[in-house]
Amino acid sequence: MSFFEAKNISIRFGGIRALELVNFDVKKGEVFSIIGPNGAGKTTIFNCINRYYDLDEGAFIFNEKDISRVRPHVVANLGIARTFQNIELFRRMTVVDNLLLGRHRRRRSNLFAEALFTGFVRKQEIENREKAEDIIDFLDLQAYRDQIIENLPYGVQKTVEIGRALAMEPELLLLDEPSSGMTLEETEELSFWITDIKEELGITILMVEHNMKFIKEISDRTMAMSFGEVITQGTTAEVLEHPEVLKAYLGEEDAFTEN
Amino acid sequence: MNLLNEILQTILSGISVGCIYGLIALGFVMIFKATEVINFAQGELMMVGAFIAFSLISFFHLSYWTTLLLTTLIMALFGMIIERVVLRPLVGQPIFSLVMVTIGMMIFFKSVVSMIPFWGTDTYGFGTPFTEKLVRYNEIIVSWEHLSIIILTLLLILALFIFFRFTKMGVAMRATSQNQLAAVYMGISVNRVFSLTWVISAILGGFAGILLSPITFVHMNMGLIGLKAMPAAILGGFYSIPGAVVGGLIIGVTESLAGAYLPIGWKDVAAWIILILVLVIRPYGLFGTELKKKV
Repeated sequence: MSFFEAKNISIRFGGIRALELVNFDVKKGEVFSIIGPNGAGKTTIFNCINRYYDLDEGAFIFNEKDISRVRPHVVANLGIARTFQNIELFRRMTVVDNLLLGRHRRRRSNLFAEALFTGFVRKQEIENREKAEDIIDFLDLQAYRDQIIENLPYGVQKTVEIGRALAMEPELLLLDEPSSGMTLEETEELSFWITDIKEELGITILMVEHNMKFIKEISDRTMAMSFGEVITQGTTAEVLEHPEVLKAYLGEEDAFTEN
Repeated sequence: MNLLNEILQTILSGISVGCIYGLIALGFVMIFKATEVINFAQGELMMVGAFIAFSLISFFHLSYWTTLLLTTLIMALFGMIIERVVLRPLVGQPIFSLVMVTIGMMIFFKSVVSMIPFWGTDTYGFGTPFTEKLVRYNEIIVSWEHLSIIILTLLLILALFIFFRFTKMGVAMRATSQNQLAAVYMGISVNRVFSLTWVISAILGGFAGILLSPITFVHMNMGLIGLKAMPAAILGGFYSIPGAVVGGLIIGVTESLAGAYLPIGWKDVAAWIILILVLVIRPYGLFGTELKKKV
């Protein structure tokens, strides 16, 4: 049994087949990337996993459980965290508050105990804050700890979003174009972090990405898509060399030779 | 000394009425922050709360404090039912439809109250432990009725503050109002957040009803006071919880002073004049923040 599996997933929007019988599986502890031109259906896969859309056919199996019919917020509670292509942070809160919100699913609640701040609540609060501080150290966010998200540069916001996902202590982390909009140095730093997330924290990563150099560096296996269908999948090196992939990315070979 | 005492009295009664405006405005703000809907039935929630309290005291002969507690529970349930039955099926519909539905509820609640036997269109009152009791400090005389409103409002706001600041669901509600999508992906159930929003708004309405009853009595049109709480909410910026309370106080005090020292008629327009003045100077309200879009 694999760790995470997409089985024959399909979804249509009106007449458009956004995903057509897509199959892939992600092994525990690896980085698995999905590449493809715009409109290939990469982010749609994420949105289906997160139950933003209903699948027309097929299922996602996570830890041997079918998660394609659960309610949206349950996906997070099962241990799947996510970041977004266009940052979705709590913009008027501080960095540390955003990270603490990532702890929501780990927080047990009892209104009266919370209002009275009893020993159990206090202990839980300390744990959550320690975890948030660990993440701040891990991602080098000390300088921004108490700043409001709105005022932070784009690259830092992207990092905070990864931090918030890590605060959830997920088993599977979905990263939607983590390197987009980041500077060269930020991207390099990011590839270190992702490797650390995989190796030190043991979190499996499923990633949508455009930056080929970045994928070459950190992705164990890759799947290429075009117009809602899988072109090929396998080890990253194989996929990046595949003629269909080259064609989808660079156009017909003649396009270069003609001139 | 007499004049000072008089002004003090006027301001104090302004503050106590302002507290009630503030509570209703809080109800507006709560629902607006969570769902971007202006709940026009907020004043009617207050009216229903007042009728429930009146019935518990007059027909069931319960004590004031038991009534306060029971009304809170009944209103909580009422808010939950409204959200579940009326609003949840409309999730995903345009905001405009939702606003229309709240206007519908406003009319519906009024009509139903007017049809219920022993409620109807008459005006009722009920006694509270504070009726006709005074606090004397040298020359200054303050009625307990007004003081009780202020103290109970403060306690309620303190409870709300603790809830939003420290509890899991309170924090979840704040997060949801900032980014619904992200909240869902943190494992927050938005349905539960919306439900709780209506529960809290209904409780606020009920509380306001109980507190207001000794002053204006209980009748089916008492919800119209919601129209005065609206400028209070706008004054505060419509997004801000402290703003709603401060807005309520400003409107209450102005109205009370205008009523005492200006010709008849000014009392009713005072709130609106203040609102227009503030909006000219700070279009985003006293506590609102300017929405800037980075280009």
